Amino acid sequence: MRKELNAAAVRKFAANNIVPIIFIVLCAVCIPIAGYSGTYLVDQIITRIVRNSFLVLSLLIPIMAGMGLNFGMTLGAMAGQIGIIFITAWNVVSIPGLLLAAIIATPIAVLLGWFCGKMLNMARGREMITSYMISFFMNGVYQLVVLYGMGPVIPLSSDQVILPRGYGVRNTIDLLNVRKSIDNFWSIKLFADENGAGGITIPFLTIILIALLCIVIIWFRKTKIGQDMRAVGQDMEVAREAGIKVERTRILAIVISTVFAAYGMIIYLSNMGTLNTYNSHSQIGMFSIAALLVGGASVSKASIKNVFLGIILFHLMFILTPQAGKNLIGQAQIGEFFRVFVSYGVITLALVLYEIRTRREKAESARNLALSQEATA
Amino acid sequence: MMDRIKELAKSFGLPRLIIAGFLMALFIISPFAGLSITAAITDVAGRFGQNALMVLAMVPMIHSGCGLNFGLPLGIIAGLLGATLAIETGIGGPVSFLLAMLYSTPFAIIFGWGYGKLLNRVKGSEMMIATYVGFSSVAFMSIMWLILPYSSPTMVWGYTGQGLRTTISTEGFYYHILRDTLAIRIGSLQISIAEILFFALFAFIIWAFLHTKTGTAMTAVGSNAVFARASGINIDKQRTLSVIMSTWLGAIGILCYQQGYGFVQLYQGPMYMAMPAVSAILIGGASVNKASITNVIIGTILYQGIVSMTPSVMNSLIHTDMSEVLRIIVSNGMILYALTRKSGASR
Amino acid sequence: MSEMTKPLLEMQSVSKEYNGNPVLKDVSFTLGQGEVLGLVGENGAGKSTLMNILFGMDVIHQTGGYGGKVLIDGNEVKFASPLDALKAGIGMVHQEFSLLPGFTAAENILLNREPQNRSVLSLVFGDRANTIDRKKLQKEAIDAITKLGVELDPDMMVSEMPVGHKQFTEISREISKSSIRLLVLDEPTAVLTEKEAEMLLKAIRNLASQGISVIFITHRLQEILDVCNKVVVMRDGRIINELDAGKTSIQEMARLMVGREVSTHPKDDDRAGRTISDRIVLSVKDLWVDMPGETVKDVNLEVRDGEILGIGGLAGQGKLGIPNGIMGLFPAGGSVMLNGSPIPLNNPRACLDSSLAFVSEDRRGVGLLLDESLEWNIAFPAMQIQEKFLRMYLGGLIKWRDQNAIKTVTDKYIEQLQIKCTSSKQKAKELSGGNQQKICLAKAFALEPKLLFVSEPTRGIDIGAKSLVLKALREYNRELGVTIVMISSELEELRQICDRIAIITDGSVSGILPASTPSEDFGMLMVGKTRKEA
Repeated sequence: MRKELNAAAVRKFAANNIVPIIFIVLCAVCIPIAGYSGTYLVDQIITRIVRNSFLVLSLLIPIMAGMGLNFGMTLGAMAGQIGIIFITAWNVVSIPGLLLAAIIATPIAVLLGWFCGKMLNMARGREMITSYMISFFMNGVYQLVVLYGMGPVIPLSSDQVILPRGYGVRNTIDLLNVRKSIDNFWSIKLFADENGAGGITIPFLTIILIALLCIVIIWFRKTKIGQDMRAVGQDMEVAREAGIKVERTRILAIVISTVFAAYGMIIYLSNMGTLNTYNSHSQIGMFSIAALLVGGASVSKASIKNVFLGIILFHLMFILTPQAGKNLIGQAQIGEFFRVFVSYGVITLALVLYEIRTRREKAESARNLALSQEATA
Repeated sequence: MMDRIKELAKSFGLPRLIIAGFLMALFIISPFAGLSITAAITDVAGRFGQNALMVLAMVPMIHSGCGLNFGLPLGIIAGLLGATLAIETGIGGPVSFLLAMLYSTPFAIIFGWGYGKLLNRVKGSEMMIATYVGFSSVAFMSIMWLILPYSSPTMVWGYTGQGLRTTISTEGFYYHILRDTLAIRIGSLQISIAEILFFALFAFIIWAFLHTKTGTAMTAVGSNAVFARASGINIDKQRTLSVIMSTWLGAIGILCYQQGYGFVQLYQGPMYMAMPAVSAILIGGASVNKASITNVIIGTILYQGIVSMTPSVMNSLIHTDMSEVLRIIVSNGMILYALTRKSGASR
Repeated sequence: MSEMTKPLLEMQSVSKEYNGNPVLKDVSFTLGQGEVLGLVGENGAGKSTLMNILFGMDVIHQTGGYGGKVLIDGNEVKFASPLDALKAGIGMVHQEFSLLPGFTAAENILLNREPQNRSVLSLVFGDRANTIDRKKLQKEAIDAITKLGVELDPDMMVSEMPVGHKQFTEISREISKSSIRLLVLDEPTAVLTEKEAEMLLKAIRNLASQGISVIFITHRLQEILDVCNKVVVMRDGRIINELDAGKTSIQEMARLMVGREVSTHPKDDDRAGRTISDRIVLSVKDLWVDMPGETVKDVNLEVRDGEILGIGGLAGQGKLGIPNGIMGLFPAGGSVMLNGSPIPLNNPRACLDSSLAFVSEDRRGVGLLLDESLEWNIAFPAMQIQEKFLRMYLGGLIKWRDQNAIKTVTDKYIEQLQIKCTSSKQKAKELSGGNQQKICLAKAFALEPKLLFVSEPTRGIDIGAKSLVLKALREYNRELGVTIVMISSELEELRQICDRIAIITDGSVSGILPASTPSEDFGMLMVGKTRKEA
């Protein structure tokens, strides 16, 4: 009896955590094939955590408010990029530069988030596909502004930023001014060789920033607004009856998420050191969502734990697969395609599993009635 | 009188009116911008023939209530498999086009069947999942294009002898096989009758299908699934059938596109191909759960008209090509509009 | 009554009409502090309208307000919204739970009234950035639960609670509002087990002893006797009688509830001389149906050839679940035999194939293709099930919709049932409720069934359309000999047209009587007295 119970519990655990389990197995298989050293992997993973966690954390609040995965986080990323473009053009360097970028990005992110939230209130029940389409639509607007507006309409004249034709921002911008400025502000290096190469770098300031955001999110859950969001997320009608302003709360959730995403993007770009003007934001949206799902989050439930587990597993896979592909078949490209496939595949899988699980729970009530009938008969 | 105009505008839809007006304006401006109207019409007609079938591929799934077919890339992949297999045989000319259609059919049916089964399990969130099914399958096939044992020298990378090229020319196979057949040429105006007939044939098949017993059942499922179930219809079966049809039309649609465009685009090529088709049918007046052949025709003309006219007119007027950006804004804005409309269905 | 002891609540000749139809007429009663008032009446007697008026619900304002006066402590009040009513200390617990499944009992009890602590950040971001004081929240919730006097774990998640505890949570929420003086409970015991119901009754007495007045709406008359000071019986929008709960009986209340003497039977009533064969067409054994809000637990029923069988009962007791379960629209189990051969359950197609047809009570959701033409609506099931209205080509390979045949049949029913429409091409959503109902009937008639289930055929349609619909059903039965099973909440309507009437209580048949039986007897069956007791 006890054994059966355990077996059932294990099966249930596996069913509920199928995505992270697949990834753990995948990574375990790839590590020996890729043949990277332990220190290299640890250093890489720390870099990725530092780079991405702020972005992934920004997804938590809309999930709490029952709005699903916020594909509209791309909007925040765009706001962050606009901030970065300005400070690069104005040549404001290092941490003051990044702060200025954040100040510029904030109102833009608030505005975009407000727009996105308004739209999502009009598309209840299909928030995800709508936020996804908003990110596409806004991508067009962003390109219009950045590719045509910057120069003639919005005065910017830096050669570093503007294309030689006189308007529009370059495809890639080198962010030498702010490159790793947060990371290098206070960091230590472990296990490095005598030349200072290799080893594991630990950037304390960035880690403190991320820890701060985690604390803010934990604190946020305990506030009145956090409680309201959880209520709205469970049942809008009940929340409305209790007098909670449902629409406002939902818009606020998206605005907060968008602003955090903007800050996350600034941290990300400073760490990367280059801005891919027309690609970075869309890519980051997909990778962040995939990472969160890999960590075992679902459309309706996600925690800080999911964020970090997700980033570690997802990016480990990211680092490993090209090398593993190369060592296995002699083509690094297969690994590249493979990780794109995995990113999309994991989102598909998580969405499908979520739907099927919700359905199963609904079907259970019928089964219970049937059982109780049989019991009385 | 005013009321009548208002009502007409309402039934036609404001965004559609704006887009039609914009297209009209483009046509009026173009002679002043030094562009030839006939060239413009030729271009729009060509694009219509190339793209209309993929827009038609939206119709069955909308009818059965599966929503907009964001999973079109899956159908396109079936078409790509057909195309590459046909080229692999080395047979050229019109036969290669028939072969490509023939080879892609079983893939379309199998993919559509599986895709339909999946969508039946996620009723209510079809569109989001369809989008990602499309993306995942494109990414998966990218791996496959690298490792599948194709050997035709026209397709395989020259230097490694392994893996397919990103773009493969249809020259020597079915390049312009419809475009140049039965073409009417008056001066610089060229309209291909065969291409339009090819579309008309499939449009007729779909139209006729929707007039049969099964087609009626499919429409009822989309209109009110509970009603259909209470009337003894197997909803899942109808939906699966509609998905298979849409997938197959997508496959034939991409072949038609390739013959006009001249290239088979592999790897990431099909990734975002669903968006223009979705947006075109919405511009044509369809909603998330209602669509007709007329919507397909009007939508394709309007959408392709805008896409082809804007760059040339803009270029000659302000010497800036903003067309790609405008295309993104218009097409995604249209989808967004359809999704946020209150009257839209709940999926 | 002296100045000092003004009643807490007084209603003075309150009346209300919807579109010219009076639904409340001259309703007056008083309720003192700490009193428990029982409110009984059939569905549609006007209880909910009365409560809507008390709470100032939007639906009342939007339909032209009400007549008469509502007084609290002797002063007239007119609440603009339920929030005003709450401020005046009136709380209501509805039949449907309004709870968040992922919150604990305590969180639900104090939803949106959570005790808060200000923090530094509140200065920057405003009050919504206050943190929630969990300890105080817990304490206030426990206070409310203690005041109610029930056992309820404040930390239990609502999704894990038995139904009774959910009900207690709801009531605790109302009680936790410090100003609460009057509590309205709408059928709170309907979903409870016997033991839970007992606990609740005890809690009501407990509240009354603390000076809180209660209006208790229920169909379980025994509970009225157990807990109320007085009883108001409503029927057809009037107060029929105000009784002292100590001096009345279940029989008396039941009689008053349903005891309308039917003035005249229609002239063409031919039932007297009618003989119904003993042959059983449909026999239902141990049927259970999982239809939310209309659960069927254990129904045994036999339908005779050629009769019109009525199925009545109060709302929520399961009468609607029976046809919906048999026709496969909701998960069901048990055995159903038609003419001796079993009908597979959970399979709508099989039912339709064996010549059963169903007119659903949910016209807009199940009954109609609102966005399609009348032609489609009427012809669709017959086309799909029986291949009518089709033209075959290529030896049946192509089954083409025969537009002419469809139009012919639609026009036939439009004329026969006097359906008001511009043409057979009109969309179903553009018709009025009564005409939509006729379309639903035509749809079923087109199937030419041997046995027809009709569920709530007159719900939400005007009187003229009502009699037309009933007449159509009667003629259909008489002329074609089709057996009809009609489900309705209106007992009088059933008594008008049926041969026998079965009453469903608590998910199973509490009795079957000839339609000519006096209403009181049906009333007794409805309120849960079994055949033996009655």
